[in-house]
Amino acid sequence: MFADYSWGELGSIFAMQGFAGLILFSVFVLMALGLAIIFGQMGVINMAHGEFMILGAYVTYLMSGLFQTWLPGLFGIYFFVAMALAFVAAGALGMVVEWLLIRRLYHRPLDTLLATWGLSLILQQLYRSIFGAREVGVSVPQWMMGSLPLTDMIELPINGIFVMVLTLVIAGGVYVMLYRSQWGLQVRAVMANRSMADATGINTGWTDRLTFGIGCGVAGVAGAAFTMIGSTSPTAGQLYIVDTFLVVVFGGAASLLGTIASAFAISQTQSFLEFFLSGSMAKVLTLLAVVGILMLRPQGLFSPKIRK
Amino acid sequence: MSRKPPFPVSAQSTASRRAFLAGSAALTASLFLPKGVRAQDFPTATVNTTGLAVTDTEVTVGILHSVTGTMAISETGSVQAEKLAISQINEQGGVLGRQITFIQEDGASDWPTFAEKARKLLVNDKVASVMGCWTSASRKAVLPVFEQHNGMLYYPTFYEGLEQSPNVIYTGQEATQQILAGLDWVTETKGAKSFYLLGSDYIWPRTSNKIARKHIEMKGLEVLGEEYFPLGHTQFNSVINKIKLRKPDVIYAIVVGGSNVSFYKQLQAAGIDLTQEAPLLLTISVTEDEILGIGGESIEGAYACMKYFQSLDNPNNMAFVEAFKEMWGDDIVIGDVTQAAYLGPWLWKAAVERAGSFDIDRIREASPGIEMDTAPEGFVKVHDNHHLWSKTRVGRAMADGQYEVVFETAELVEPDPFPEGYQ
Repeated sequence: MFADYSWGELGSIFAMQGFAGLILFSVFVLMALGLAIIFGQMGVINMAHGEFMILGAYVTYLMSGLFQTWLPGLFGIYFFVAMALAFVAAGALGMVVEWLLIRRLYHRPLDTLLATWGLSLILQQLYRSIFGAREVGVSVPQWMMGSLPLTDMIELPINGIFVMVLTLVIAGGVYVMLYRSQWGLQVRAVMANRSMADATGINTGWTDRLTFGIGCGVAGVAGAAFTMIGSTSPTAGQLYIVDTFLVVVFGGAASLLGTIASAFAISQTQSFLEFFLSGSMAKVLTLLAVVGILMLRPQGLFSPKIRK
Repeated sequence: MSRKPPFPVSAQSTASRRAFLAGSAALTASLFLPKGVRAQDFPTATVNTTGLAVTDTEVTVGILHSVTGTMAISETGSVQAEKLAISQINEQGGVLGRQITFIQEDGASDWPTFAEKARKLLVNDKVASVMGCWTSASRKAVLPVFEQHNGMLYYPTFYEGLEQSPNVIYTGQEATQQILAGLDWVTETKGAKSFYLLGSDYIWPRTSNKIARKHIEMKGLEVLGEEYFPLGHTQFNSVINKIKLRKPDVIYAIVVGGSNVSFYKQLQAAGIDLTQEAPLLLTISVTEDEILGIGGESIEGAYACMKYFQSLDNPNNMAFVEAFKEMWGDDIVIGDVTQAAYLGPWLWKAAVERAGSFDIDRIREASPGIEMDTAPEGFVKVHDNHHLWSKTRVGRAMADGQYEVVFETAELVEPDPFPEGYQ
């Protein structure tokens, strides 16, 4: 399979595929961060994660239309406004959902799967009723189109670079919040031992709601970012959910670092296999590898040290 | 009953055509229509000997599409087109003097549900015909039901061929009609020599690409790569890199659904400008509907090969687009399948009137040879094999989301669902 290419070409292939893999990596991390907070820290299996992303995508769509009609001069920066609003909207919906639904199910983690699955169907139908069944087009600002040519062969897509930078910022933010802030300490305390945390005066109910809300908010931002590279339709969230769970479970559910490492491993494997095999085959082999490793290491790549 | 139909359908009269174009069909049509078409001239007992849902004043048909689930995106347009056709037929006086009512069922993007609902429509509701289905999977699921209970299905999607049923009229194009003319066009007028084929991973893209590859190789030209991606795939950077490396003259892309949005946006981000035509992109899976999601600016310059575009410049189509927008809103777009769905009720009406009966067996006999010169795509004719003769056209995507028609075949292309040497 290498014989078809010259050495120079192979060099470019590795550079380009490596970069394609990095974009895929950023996409995976963005998808999985919110879920890693909700599933990893709270133990809630959120099947509606994809629908929270799509909420962010629809907010972006609305903003894109709004800016085009009313503020065409500021269209270049509409995207940042849209991302902020996507975070607020998805986060607020997340908090409402936690209050109505999730908080009653903390002792029955498997039931959260069913409840959020139902929630995802409801949200899909809601989007369909509001925005129609068809895909909506989100306009990309001019500066985000096109690519940066490095050499004749290697060109870096600007929207890819944008997603990578965004991922860095958000992953950094989540890290600081979870591991360097008072709130993060409370979250981890509640997850480690709910009744003990309660006894020390932590408002566990509020901590849960905020955690769930922030997890959903991050999903909303991811959805906003994906409008630049993917489709926005009522059911588009479904496209992401399997990959997202795969990344989180493979990384070791409770570990942020694990999520990042697993996203990196899966995306680079996928990207390089795709070049030398076909798209479908790459997916199959990647899945097989993940399943194989999970059989040897059921807790995932990284797992927090717990005294048993 | 041996009564001849009131008028030969092919000559379906400039009168009713003019009425159709005028848009105020109800009034004018009743003036022009031959006196014969009144319900009392066709007693129910004689035009409906098999117990279908036909009364002295009404006839019931079925509409069977997904309005929920992943396929709702695509099938919404079909439902709208069929309802428009039915309401227009009713304005013109209905079928054999009877107003059409319909029962709509939701296949919910789930093939067993399609089969179940088809059975319900045929057995419980006794509908006189069904307009429906979109994916080949749903059609394959309902096919045994239609054959067992002797129903008639008007199926609107372009598809892979390799099928022919006495119980289905295929109003979209089959694979050879859509592919061969388009490939001939890029090789002859654009001088294309090498091709890169890619598509979603299921039967329609695979069969279509098989036919395309065969045709390309028979012309002595080169296929540089062929690749498939799972449905819903959203990352195409790798294949785009390969395309840049191998430099084909033509990217032949038949990705379906939401994957299209990712594909074209990433193609553009990777610095491939389709308006430069190097490489040129030819697709048979992106209609105006998909462009709505992709965004005109991301696909500008791509070529699509199908039988209908919303921008077709003929009086039939202008009246059709106007009526469609009047019924479903100004910002609607109409794609190839939507137009094919619109033909269903009209072809059924023509068959019923030609047969002088609602009976399925008589409709089947009457269907081949039916001509319709009021079709938005121009003129179509039903072939003995239940597919339509139609023209193949190539359109170029413009930034506003419409296609500019740059080529059409001079003659109607004969449908050939079982192409010799292409399988």
